[in-house]
Amino acid sequence: MSSAFVYVLAASAVFGVGVYGLIVADHLMRKLLSLNVMGSAVFVLILTVGGATPAGPDPVAQALILTGIVIAVAATAFALALIVRMFQETGLTSLRGRDDDD
Amino acid sequence: MTTEALALLVFAPLVAGLVVIAAPRRAAAPVAVAALLTLPFGLWPLTLVVWRGETVQVALAGFAPPLGIVWRVDALALTMLWLTLVVVLVVSLHALTSFPPASESGQRFWPLWLILIASVHALFVSADLFNLYVTLELVTLAGVAMIAIGGKPAAMRAAMRYLLLGLMASLFYLLATALLYGQTGTLDLYQVGERLDDGALALIALALMVTGLLVKAAIVPLHVWLPAAHGKAPGPVSAVLSALVVKVALYILIRLWFWSGGAAGGDGAALLLGLLGALAIVHGSLAAITQTRLKMLVAYSTVAQLGYVMLLFPLASTAAFRAVTFHMVAHGVAKAAMFLAAANLLHALGSDRLQRLVGADQRHGVNVLAFALAGVSIMGLPPSGGFVAKWMLLEAAWRQQGWGWVAVISLGSLLAAVYVFRVVALAFAQPKGGSVRASVGARGGGRFDTTALAALLLAVLAILLGFASAPLVALIDRGLPPGMLP
Repeated sequence: MSSAFVYVLAASAVFGVGVYGLIVADHLMRKLLSLNVMGSAVFVLILTVGGATPAGPDPVAQALILTGIVIAVAATAFALALIVRMFQETGLTSLRGRDDDD
Repeated sequence: MTTEALALLVFAPLVAGLVVIAAPRRAAAPVAVAALLTLPFGLWPLTLVVWRGETVQVALAGFAPPLGIVWRVDALALTMLWLTLVVVLVVSLHALTSFPPASESGQRFWPLWLILIASVHALFVSADLFNLYVTLELVTLAGVAMIAIGGKPAAMRAAMRYLLLGLMASLFYLLATALLYGQTGTLDLYQVGERLDDGALALIALALMVTGLLVKAAIVPLHVWLPAAHGKAPGPVSAVLSALVVKVALYILIRLWFWSGGAAGGDGAALLLGLLGALAIVHGSLAAITQTRLKMLVAYSTVAQLGYVMLLFPLASTAAFRAVTFHMVAHGVAKAAMFLAAANLLHALGSDRLQRLVGADQRHGVNVLAFALAGVSIMGLPPSGGFVAKWMLLEAAWRQQGWGWVAVISLGSLLAAVYVFRVVALAFAQPKGGSVRASVGARGGGRFDTTALAALLLAVLAILLGFASAPLVALIDRGLPPGMLP
């Protein structure tokens, strides 16, 4: 079993855990954390597929992960702000129940 | 020249958005308007080049792929950019009144609005899988923020659900990008298409990418976030979300399928996408018919109309491509008009419950007229843009003897007629007791202001597309996907 295969397997497992958490979790913070777990799995995978070439590490893969991390941080910060705002407006931290309005 | 034009399209709204955040309030309106008015000057030089049958291509900072990033504008991208320009300019006219740039709400609205425009432009010109991911994420984040802008609980919940599903879909897309990069060693859309082999890995990557995009495009059964998100958002936001933001994901899907070897998924996958489209048409229309609120009805109509685009995958002919691209434009214009008219009626009547519409034609005639005209296009009645699109699609399906698709397209138009006429009939109904109850909770409804003008302008354009379809069809024909059946 090559080391790349181990990484791919690990990334898939972590991604799966993230998807499971996103679906099953009730609290919005947990859902957000699950998304972050999924993101980490993708970064591991990018590192694996573009990792070591005979000429050294692949710069494109590094750039992708760096950009990906920046986006993940920004999206997480935005989601946290939205969760806080939603809690202040509605007192809720989950999406359960029906939409009622007017 | 074209490089500057491309840069202008992306950076003028982006810089203006950032300036509006930092600048004093009274500077917001001039900056925003100036940025919006420069956009046609960016689009025109590109149009001249593409009209000659060429493609605009710019390698950013002079690096060629696979290391560098390429911006590319062909006829499909240009068509979508024109749709964006028209919708954005007219909806901005509405927003100048509904979100005055110097007000509290305007200060929140305009930066996001300008950044959303910049992101949509950047997405349409990107020809790189990862660049598309970045721009798709930007579009989603700006869209979510704009849904939540009013701070109403229902809108916040809708925004939250959209955000979580949107981020999940983005990660599916990113995972697939990683797999495709691993196999092909490039991110360039066209190079990926050339180098992709049809092994199991490629199929997994395509399945993940298509799933992510179907969530973003709100194709049944992955549409659950759309009705509330579009229905509860403020008027100009709903208009642009339905007209442009969902189309963005479909645009990437079409690119992926017909330009980057996505069709390697096989006929079975194409048929499945078509069946999902058929399901979307039927389910979306039936759900629209049973709604009790005007904006939710319009939102479900979007779910239905997006289904037509999916019929392109099983038909896979240039005739169908022409029809579907035309449909995206026609629907974009008509749906923006419909949402603006619905938002104006909601604002004037204090509620968008359908029963409240009774007698609305007397006090809010312009908005009812705009809704009805847009409805003509949505139903696909002649002589509207929607008619031309659906007629071309019917013809494409007919020529391939796809009788099932023919039936679905016809059924969709019939059901659309039901939900549009339901609204129009109520608006023209005589209120009981002779007096117009609409005055209860009315806020300056009867005036003819720029909000009503914007709705009417788009509705008239939706009809005009039917009379003046030739230039648009000629433009679409300049960028047909490679190797397609006629």
